[in-house]
Amino acid sequence: MTVGTTIRQDVSDKQMVLLKSKDFKGKVNPDWCAGCGDFGVLNALQKACADLGLMPHQTLTVSGIGCSSNFPSFFNSYGAHTLHGRSLAFASGAKLSNHELTVIATGGDGDGYGIGGNHFTHTARRNVDLTYLVMNNQIYGLTTGQVSPTSRIGMKTKSTPFGSIEQPVNPITSAIMNGATFVARGYSADGKHLVELIKQALQHKGFALIDIFSPCVTFNKDNDYNFFKPRVKKLEDEGHDTSDWKTACEKAMLWDDTIYIGLFLKGNRSTIADEEPILDEGPPLAHRSPGITKEQSQRIIKRMM
Amino acid sequence: MSRADFDFALAIGGAAGQGIATPGNIMARSFVRRGLHLYAYNAYQSIIRGGHIFLTIRISDQPVYNHGDKLDMLLCLNQDTMNRHLKLMGVGTRVIYNSDTVEPTTACDGVEFCPMPINELSDGASNKMVQNTVALGVTVWLLGQEFQDLSDALTLQFQRKGQEVVDQNVSVARAGYDHATANFEPFPDKLPTGEKPLAVWTGNDALAMGGAAANVKFYCAYPMSPSTGVLHWMAKNAREMGIMVRQVEDEIGVANMAIGAAHTGVRSMCATSGGGFALMTEALGASAMMEIPVVFINVQRAGPSTGVPTKTEQGDLWQMLGASQGDFQRFIVAPKTADDAFQTVPQVFNLCDKYQCPGIILSDVLISEGTFSTDPDKVEKGMHPVVDRGQLITEGRTDVDDLPKGAQSEDASGLVGAETNQYLRYANTENGISPRAVPGLEGYVHVVSTDEHDEDGVLISDEFTNPHKRRKMVEKRARKFDNLLDDIEAPRLEGVSAKQAQVTLIGFGSTYGVIKEAIEQLQVEGVAANQLNVTWMVPFHGEAVAKVVNDAKHTIVVENNHSGQFYRYMRSETGLSVDGHIRKYDGEPFQPHHIVKGVLELLKGKIDKYVPEEQIMV
Repeated sequence: MTVGTTIRQDVSDKQMVLLKSKDFKGKVNPDWCAGCGDFGVLNALQKACADLGLMPHQTLTVSGIGCSSNFPSFFNSYGAHTLHGRSLAFASGAKLSNHELTVIATGGDGDGYGIGGNHFTHTARRNVDLTYLVMNNQIYGLTTGQVSPTSRIGMKTKSTPFGSIEQPVNPITSAIMNGATFVARGYSADGKHLVELIKQALQHKGFALIDIFSPCVTFNKDNDYNFFKPRVKKLEDEGHDTSDWKTACEKAMLWDDTIYIGLFLKGNRSTIADEEPILDEGPPLAHRSPGITKEQSQRIIKRMM
Repeated sequence: MSRADFDFALAIGGAAGQGIATPGNIMARSFVRRGLHLYAYNAYQSIIRGGHIFLTIRISDQPVYNHGDKLDMLLCLNQDTMNRHLKLMGVGTRVIYNSDTVEPTTACDGVEFCPMPINELSDGASNKMVQNTVALGVTVWLLGQEFQDLSDALTLQFQRKGQEVVDQNVSVARAGYDHATANFEPFPDKLPTGEKPLAVWTGNDALAMGGAAANVKFYCAYPMSPSTGVLHWMAKNAREMGIMVRQVEDEIGVANMAIGAAHTGVRSMCATSGGGFALMTEALGASAMMEIPVVFINVQRAGPSTGVPTKTEQGDLWQMLGASQGDFQRFIVAPKTADDAFQTVPQVFNLCDKYQCPGIILSDVLISEGTFSTDPDKVEKGMHPVVDRGQLITEGRTDVDDLPKGAQSEDASGLVGAETNQYLRYANTENGISPRAVPGLEGYVHVVSTDEHDEDGVLISDEFTNPHKRRKMVEKRARKFDNLLDDIEAPRLEGVSAKQAQVTLIGFGSTYGVIKEAIEQLQVEGVAANQLNVTWMVPFHGEAVAKVVNDAKHTIVVENNHSGQFYRYMRSETGLSVDGHIRKYDGEPFQPHHIVKGVLELLKGKIDKYVPEEQIMV
């Protein structure tokens, strides 16, 4: 059940009209600041979905709270703008109940690695078939600029005026250690590269994280485009072995003149839906007919006597 | 219910790890197979080995809902049980114990000791559980049951372990039976036989089965006493019932995952206790705001905080009423018994689907961990309830003009929904209920959100130019609940009429059975009483309750908490006070005599609040 093939087939049944990027434009224009990295991510996802022939009604985009979590309104698909930090829990419930949907979770570093950190760990471990796009700007933007779980040591923010003293989380190594089967890093200013990463993530069967540098031009003066531009290097250019988790972690830890983007790790462990006997046969849970049979109820009652 | 002709209670006491559950289970099943009604209450500690466990099994020819006031037989698996509980035993009772390890202490006159020389009877078997099986043989003789009944029950219990284990157990039980036959007088009243075989379940089983009957397809939970039984039932039976069961990382994940599942159109449910519910709280509001129906079960335990994990309280009512920020409606119902809990679950699901909102079922240790007998025919009927999904759209539309009635705005302003073919998830309909489409359907693409949103789901939370939109949406959601009381039966006075009753006892949820029995005992004391049990907290039939209070000569609220949570809520909804209070908050449930004594004291008019004294009954 790879996403691309089923959806394309569906399209061919209709009038073979493949949608274009603009067809994935939502009802609302983004209210992000001019120059915000999130625009690049939105454009890349729209193009990736069009390229793969996804249909908006078969796609569900789930977000939490934060600047980047306004995403579902700006994107044309079924959307759920949920509580702060809870996108992965909501998305997991939705995906497991209707595994025919393509489910994409979007959000920021605070939403995903801070308040939602527990769900991040366990969704990766369960290998729920989701694509998770984290727009990592190393700052809390919507609350006007406080330290985030990915802010560097020493970073001065409104809540750390004398500089942060806490070690930032590394989303890539965390995801690898937690068992995610597709772990990548993107850069919103490199749209072409990002589109390809998102397409691979959407086609990947399992939990796919793309941590995306998405600079906040308003509140983060440390990690702006000038910071990233000279540093980002593509793993693809170096022939990185995506089955080698140790090298992947080493490369993910680099944070100086070279900061790698690209696909760090890709595994093929089965997803939770593959392992769940309830989903072995029949349609998704959401499409199953209601009611239990007399045989089922009698069997249960017999055990009570 | 007339007073029972046969009312018998036995208790088994020992340490955790001594295997109290197995003989308890075997006895319970042999009783219900005879058609006897049963309630079993297990007083235990949050401990895996050691500590003290005390299982009371009460049987009767009439339905029983609590463990009663007296014991007829005590089985001591250790010295501790003898020391703690012997003083409860009165004239004509029997005390069974392992005479190799337990010394009898001083008993009141008329208690008959039944020593079991276990080593001698079991040929020195090394298995520590052997005393339990010998005791079963002794019990069967004392109660005047046929040995064959026990032999059948042992076969059923141990057949999975092979014939050899079955034979060993039957042989040891036989030794106990023969020893008893030779040495002890059976109870004078022989165990009666009921009309037909009954079944047993715990309240947690009943809640889980209610979910299965309601067609729950997604159940998730984080283990928390005393709600874990629901998870266990679901986990055990999920595969054959086609239910997906997930144990999630925390209750925050549980609630949000349940909502995500419900969003795709499945019925989803979760259960926890007060502390876990606290973590689910924000999601409760999200379910209301996004208008996605989910059923939450809170099995109350004594709080606050981690509190007393294995002990009961009706202490979470205000937590349920006030859970989650903002001003929104949720259903809250506190079932009376396991049977009631079973039937309530599908009812709550139908209501939550109809009104697209969250529902809370409030249970407690008394119901959830109590073992009740039940009528298997009624359970069978209950397993196939009416499932009404409300205004749920399940087919896509290819023709853009093809929209179900009500999915477009009826708002005359025309500010939104101006395109008549646009699907509005939160259409501002006359009754506030908007047809709900689920992801995957063609022609209904929309966004749901926990932020305030307009009819089309688009956020308006950041708009300050449109306060009228916010007002419209608040009113739309609120309008759904304008006539809720029509869907819920009003609570009714049970027992003698208001004119005849000297006192009216008012309670909510699980105290139903114990108050009912207290009223029967009060009759013997010459006090005519009746009961108003309220199960639906929200919506609350304020007028019906007010009428009862106004018509009553003397009103007493009975509740299992310290501050009078139900009373305070009732007063806020009716503006009325009552004459007296009986409250218990020591972690153990009420027994009938607590209430009887309380009523008699309160009727003297010197005090207006009675708190039963702690007793080591359990």
